[in-house]
Amino acid sequence: MRDGIGLGLAVGISGVAFGAAAVGSGMTVAQACVLSLLAFTGASQFALAGAVAGGAGLIGGAAGAILLGSRNALYGLRLADLLPRRGVRRLVAAHGVIDETTAVTLAQPDAAAARRGFLATFVTIYLTWNLTTLLGAFGAGRLGSPQALGIDVVGPAAFLALIWPRLRAGRTERAVGVAGAVIALATTPFLPTGVPVILAATAALAGALISPRPDSPRPDAPQPEVP
Amino acid sequence: MTGVWVAVLVTAAGCYALKLTGLVVPKGVLSNPRVRRFAELVPIALLAALVAVQSFAAGQSLTIDPARLAGLGAAVVALLLRAPFLVVIVVAAGTAAVLRALGVA
Repeated sequence: MRDGIGLGLAVGISGVAFGAAAVGSGMTVAQACVLSLLAFTGASQFALAGAVAGGAGLIGGAAGAILLGSRNALYGLRLADLLPRRGVRRLVAAHGVIDETTAVTLAQPDAAAARRGFLATFVTIYLTWNLTTLLGAFGAGRLGSPQALGIDVVGPAAFLALIWPRLRAGRTERAVGVAGAVIALATTPFLPTGVPVILAATAALAGALISPRPDSPRPDAPQPEVP
Repeated sequence: MTGVWVAVLVTAAGCYALKLTGLVVPKGVLSNPRVRRFAELVPIALLAALVAVQSFAAGQSLTIDPARLAGLGAAVVALLLRAPFLVVIVVAAGTAAVLRALGVA
């Protein structure tokens, strides 16, 4: 539970970066705050802010943002047995199914501790994330031009930080990342804004078909010899 | 501006629906290892695409903004030094801001 609160505070503060990036991209303070309250999943929120900054392609931007949230469905599958099974409590708990709550919940020794860990992380991160979004959004508007403050770099730097631990996970992960970036850049001149990013999902599809298991032995790795 | 509001609300609804889906669907649906692996890899592909597009594109044209790239380079260094999330962001934005203020890039 203490882990949950600590992590919640540490990560929740990052809402400042989102609030600043959102307003820097042209969203209003209210839009930034509503997105944090209702979407409440960082990568998707940064992605939509980036699409707004692009000026066009809001449909593609929203689609890409939602696609980025697909991992939360997987987290839900793993948490389903630990969280409330029905009714309003399940509907509320669903909103808290994100990277950080999943990490804390699955790290607990038993079901009761898992539920407490989920609740502590969810409540802490929800409060701090929304409060700091408001602060960042207001601050960015007051301090000067987003370009002069380097706020246009906040989005890509945030994505890079989010993807970093996943890129270290294995060769397939790195290949998918590189392929996704290449696909998006190569198609940018020819497709409406937002679409190239969605098209990059085909890299994940190829990765899943070629290497369906994260910990499968590499095909070119030396195989143990049969005695 | 109305368009942005619609995008905000559609994104919020879609993200919530995905979170709820995981809690309510029968376990067997996503038990296929390829489906599971795809869902694991999708964020990697999309986030890498977003890093690339937001670093090198302005609308539909590809551009090079030296201050922005320097900021990203600083972020990479911070990540290699295992800096926490917010430090990475501040270092990246700060580098771009300082270079622009100095008129270097």
